[in-house]
Amino acid sequence: MKILVCMGNVPDTTTKIKFDSEMKKLDTNGIQWVINPWDELALTRALEIKEQSGGKIEKVSVINIGKADAEPTIRKALAIGADDAYRVDAEPSDSYYIAAQIAEVAKKENFDIIMCGIESSDFNDAAVGSMLAEFLDYPSVSAVSSFEFNDGNVKLKRDIDGGKETIVISTPFVAIVQKGICINPRIPAMRGIMMARTKPITVSAPVETDSLIETTIFELPASKAACKMVDAEDTDKLIELLHGEAKVL
Amino acid sequence: MNFELTEEQLMIKQAARDFAVRELLPDVLERDAKCIYPERQIKMLAELGFFGIMVDPKYGGGGMDSISYVLALEEIAKIDAATAVIIAVHNSLTAYGIEHYGNEEQKQKFLPALASGEKIGAFLLSEPEAGSDATSQKTIAEDKGDHYLINGTKNWITSADHGGTYIVIAQTYPDKKHKGINAFIVDRNSPGITLGPHEDKMGMRSSDTHSVMFTDVKVPKENRIGEDGFGFSFAMKLLDGGRIGIAAQAIGIAGGAFDLALKYSKERKAFGTEICNHQAIAFKLADMAVKLENGRNLILKCAWLKDQGKSYSIESAMAKQYCADSAMEITTEAVQIHGGYGYVKEYHVERLMREAKVTQIYEGTSEIQKIVISRALLKD
Repeated sequence: MKILVCMGNVPDTTTKIKFDSEMKKLDTNGIQWVINPWDELALTRALEIKEQSGGKIEKVSVINIGKADAEPTIRKALAIGADDAYRVDAEPSDSYYIAAQIAEVAKKENFDIIMCGIESSDFNDAAVGSMLAEFLDYPSVSAVSSFEFNDGNVKLKRDIDGGKETIVISTPFVAIVQKGICINPRIPAMRGIMMARTKPITVSAPVETDSLIETTIFELPASKAACKMVDAEDTDKLIELLHGEAKVL
Repeated sequence: MNFELTEEQLMIKQAARDFAVRELLPDVLERDAKCIYPERQIKMLAELGFFGIMVDPKYGGGGMDSISYVLALEEIAKIDAATAVIIAVHNSLTAYGIEHYGNEEQKQKFLPALASGEKIGAFLLSEPEAGSDATSQKTIAEDKGDHYLINGTKNWITSADHGGTYIVIAQTYPDKKHKGINAFIVDRNSPGITLGPHEDKMGMRSSDTHSVMFTDVKVPKENRIGEDGFGFSFAMKLLDGGRIGIAAQAIGIAGGAFDLALKYSKERKAFGTEICNHQAIAFKLADMAVKLENGRNLILKCAWLKDQGKSYSIESAMAKQYCADSAMEITTEAVQIHGGYGYVKEYHVERLMREAKVTQIYEGTSEIQKIVISRALLKD
């Protein structure tokens, strides 16, 4: 059996986000790129499952839709322990486009289990996993927070309102995972870092697909208003401010 | 010239950083207060390969360069200098010493367990009356034909208890002075080895430091490193490289304190504005940043020289002296910027200031580094 982990290349979550002067494009200057945190959890769990599978899972691959500048992030996934990687050489324009590209590779390579993070930390669309399952005509399970693989039998737990639902599923399928799927993302070991360059990254051209979304403008959240201190005794002033300025009364 | 780090070097730096923040930071204050050895973290670091960073993969190591090593040490030391010193002594002195000066049998016998972290390395040079003056070794290694018999006391030994593999420096021919000194690989559990109590130190409190007593400790002849009488020269060569590790540790401590001071100065308000807007504080930050940059560049140059197989003895003395002295100054200023909060343990900078002090003392005091540097200048 083979697992494919879908992997986004996103700005480090502590990045101070800036846009170009027209507010249409992210200003990538000085940004440190990382594996999308949810995808990193998926990869960690995939590797744990492989290690515990007694050889039933032969390999864990990762896939990224991105240009060559995403390769350092892909190599980090290889350093963490993925066996090989696929990169579709294209700008990841929207969820539909990304899902279509992944589906093309997944179809060709016949993966049994596909794992995606529930969303990406940059656009938070939370759409690729479900769209990918539709493209492939595979069942998908979303919000998976526990993934057990015993002798080829898969048991998933997903969070539902007020509790958890347990699902037994047969391959192939798409698991859309969230926090709880593993304790912590795996830190690459020294040997893994040194081995990363020796593992293959298969690069392919994108298939023709339209992007369905066009970004017209980005807006930054309004900066927090300064805190106004009012004397505890001065209720008239407080009411005046709440009525006149904050307009909540 | 190329100041760009490689992808692998950046990955190692990030891995060390992630580990330190996730695994060392949460209990660093408690381990410091109660002198608790970082047992759990050492095991995890061993699994990640931090105890064989530079060791050749054929002996089970990561086969990385010295630049990767100093970057990793710096990141660990930013958060927990005591764990960094355990890694530094193990890699720079014990593992490096055996790999570069031991014979093939010694490498095969001792390196795999060191590289995997199954055994932690310790380096036993200092004595109650021989610290900076390492030539006056009182510990005796008597040649008994097929073995040596070691008697004497070693002081200030990092990882003395948790260490598994010792490198011991001892005198075989007292009349030959430093040319009669030898170095031996000694199993920590050899009969005749006893430890003094855990030293109650100012800083680095969670690394275990003891004096080690040798009473008729039998060491097989094949455990001697190099030719008869090579021990002093061996120790000095090793300390050239050890100094780079301690310099990296020192700059890590300083960098950790600087990061905290910078953050605090942007949050704390006084006289109606964040204190970083006061020139008194802003100039302190500028001075600290310049020292950090200088120190890092000195360390990276040393590591680069070492990786190129060039001489780095003088440069490593410069790096050690500059980084250790700067670490003391930077951490002291970090406490000053924090004001009263800097003086309480919760804010970390007082611990970093305590930890900085020993970098001016161990593996060659700042004064000894100045002797090394000035002697080189005045030679001929």
